[in-house]
Amino acid sequence: MPTTTSAPVENATSATSTGASPRRQTWRDRLSRWDLKLSPYLYIAPFFLVFAAIGLYPMLYTGYLSFFSWPAYGSEVGPWVGWDNYAHVLGDSVFRKAFWNTIGIFLLSSVPQIIVATILAALLDTRLRGRTLWRMSILLPFVVAPAASAMIFGSIFADNTGLINQMLDGFGLSKVPWHADRFASWTAIATMVNWRWTGYNALIILAAMQAIPRDLYEAADIDGASKVKQFFHVTLPSIRPTMIFVIVTSTIGGLQIFTEPRIFDTNLRFQGGSDFQYTTLTMYVFNTAQTTTNPYPRAAAAAWVLFLIIVGIALVNFLVTRAVQRRSLR
Amino acid sequence: MSKISKSWRRGLAAGAVATLVAGLVGACGGSDDTGEQAKLGKDDTLTITTFSEFGYGDLIDKWNADPERPFKVKQTVVAEWDTWKQSLTTGLQSGEGLTDIVGIEGDMMPALVAEGASEQFVDLTDKELDSRWMESKYLEGQTADGKQIGYPTDAGPEAFCYRADLFEKAGLPSDREAVKELFADWDTYFATGDKFKAKMPKTAWYDSSGAIAQAMLNQVEFPFQTKDQKVDVDNPELRKVYDTVAQHAATQSTKVEQWGEDWTANFTNDGFATIPCPGWMFANIKDSAPDVKGWDIVDAFPGGGGNWGGSYLAVPAQSEHQEEAKEFANYLTTADSQVAASKVAGNFPANLEAQTVLAEENATDTYFNDAPTSQILANRADAVPAGVPFKGDKYSDILGLFQQAIRRVDEGTDPEKSWATFLEGVEGMS
Repeated sequence: MPTTTSAPVENATSATSTGASPRRQTWRDRLSRWDLKLSPYLYIAPFFLVFAAIGLYPMLYTGYLSFFSWPAYGSEVGPWVGWDNYAHVLGDSVFRKAFWNTIGIFLLSSVPQIIVATILAALLDTRLRGRTLWRMSILLPFVVAPAASAMIFGSIFADNTGLINQMLDGFGLSKVPWHADRFASWTAIATMVNWRWTGYNALIILAAMQAIPRDLYEAADIDGASKVKQFFHVTLPSIRPTMIFVIVTSTIGGLQIFTEPRIFDTNLRFQGGSDFQYTTLTMYVFNTAQTTTNPYPRAAAAAWVLFLIIVGIALVNFLVTRAVQRRSLR
Repeated sequence: MSKISKSWRRGLAAGAVATLVAGLVGACGGSDDTGEQAKLGKDDTLTITTFSEFGYGDLIDKWNADPERPFKVKQTVVAEWDTWKQSLTTGLQSGEGLTDIVGIEGDMMPALVAEGASEQFVDLTDKELDSRWMESKYLEGQTADGKQIGYPTDAGPEAFCYRADLFEKAGLPSDREAVKELFADWDTYFATGDKFKAKMPKTAWYDSSGAIAQAMLNQVEFPFQTKDQKVDVDNPELRKVYDTVAQHAATQSTKVEQWGEDWTANFTNDGFATIPCPGWMFANIKDSAPDVKGWDIVDAFPGGGGNWGGSYLAVPAQSEHQEEAKEFANYLTTADSQVAASKVAGNFPANLEAQTVLAEENATDTYFNDAPTSQILANRADAVPAGVPFKGDKYSDILGLFQQAIRRVDEGTDPEKSWATFLEGVEGMS
């Protein structure tokens, strides 16, 4: 590691002119100066080089592609069409359905997920016997392979032979059309998402809770605050930054939801329900790429619209976060 | 210390740059259309993908067991055509990832022989084979300027399969000859359905709305496109099919999706009593309900006749073993191979000689109450109206949208609304 500070380097530069082999010294000095100036960039370069290759390049190419046509079953790009693909995507009622589906599934998953995760974390933050065991077990759903959870939920939410509908049938109640009703399908998918992510979020929140100084609680106890009051007035304010982190990550994840609706899909064409009841924006991008009318350009246009939507919501998130942080500083 | 670590660091940076450049070059280099040809040795493998049941399993096993074979063959079987169609489309459009031979559902051929798509396939023209297949099937696999893209495997002349035992319970005639009149035309068919449902409220009359829609559609002359390939789906004939199926969905259909788990389960749990039955459906029924006794086949079809399905074998231009692929596609569609495949899968071969052989054998099927299957299929093939339906280049894609429109009605969407969604979907294709 270059341990020299900038001052000795400058000294060295001025001193070398009187040295025995001035040229060689200068060369060395130049090297060490470059080392100092360039090294930090070289250290972070690998990340940015890899990002440029597998992140930036595909993104820019996607943007480029979205202005062209693509011949049916062709394997090469067709002529330039301007904004046509964007016009198609924005005018497509399936895209609008996908947008609302995504928002709906996102709200049905993220909101209960964060509430339940916070409560779970608060419960795990008490003096339980075998704490580590309990804490680790709530992470179990997270390590189950998505394909395996697809099997589990496939048999729970099957329309005719599913566990829930069999039970409802047994009680003489009418079956829930899981794949036909829009709200029912959102609920089913949100359940799958929540099952997977609640424990994960709970652990992150738990870590934040454990960092809260215990004397705050002792003081609250002495003041006679109940456990519930302590939760709302000590715990919640203290973990605010972590909550914001969890909310932001689950927002981004929620807007890109793909695996769960895809494995929930029983439709023959995997279009997210016969009436697109539960197709999401990422599914829309994926499925558009498999049609025969301008497949890749239209999918590229949809991907860029999705990107802008996420950037927009992330910006809102950022502004809200800043406002909340300012308030909490006061 | 500093000298060593510096050179090490520089090496690392150079390595990172090299990796990036290699990555970019690699990313750009993958779009070569025609695969470079490589000769296959005795232990090299030719790959083929089929869907549903082509009946090639035993043939390929035998081929591989033969020590004199020129190369080995590995078959991938995809359960459903729709799934495979998506992968096939992606494979064609990305120019890579397909097997040396691909099975293609006949409905998609008009799209693939069209200009632009046809360049993605190898010309399989072979003068010696000109009279091997039914002419109509052979020509469907050909472009306008005579490039042969696919070798036909089978045709799908339709009969009706029915549960004789359930017919008896419902007080209907159940004898193969006597039920013929129940399948004389669609009005009689649906009227019989009402009678059946009155006696058997728990059993549906037919397997799925989609199958009946498909059957009726195959008797419409210009369902989706006019002769000059213009899309015209808002026509009275197509609307009549749609309305009829939508009207009976609530009372006579199982309302489940074809090929799904619930659909398969209905074969065994008395879910329905009749199903449109091209030859290739026989294997589906036997596989789904091996223990059910009572399935039979009637030598009749409402409204005369119809063809449902029938496939092709094609060689994508991206294959690196085009010669061998062509040779093996030829082998799979010889009379001997097709007779063997037909015995496994029930398919009605498109190979003329195979048709004659099967007719002479006059096979019966014990599973279907000793029905004379080859005779029935031969009769059904004669009843298929020539050139109906007209299949334009968008036929397969629009058919997919139409099936989803029917599916929505099954799930309770208002038929008018579902039809509007269908029209919008078709609109979005252009």
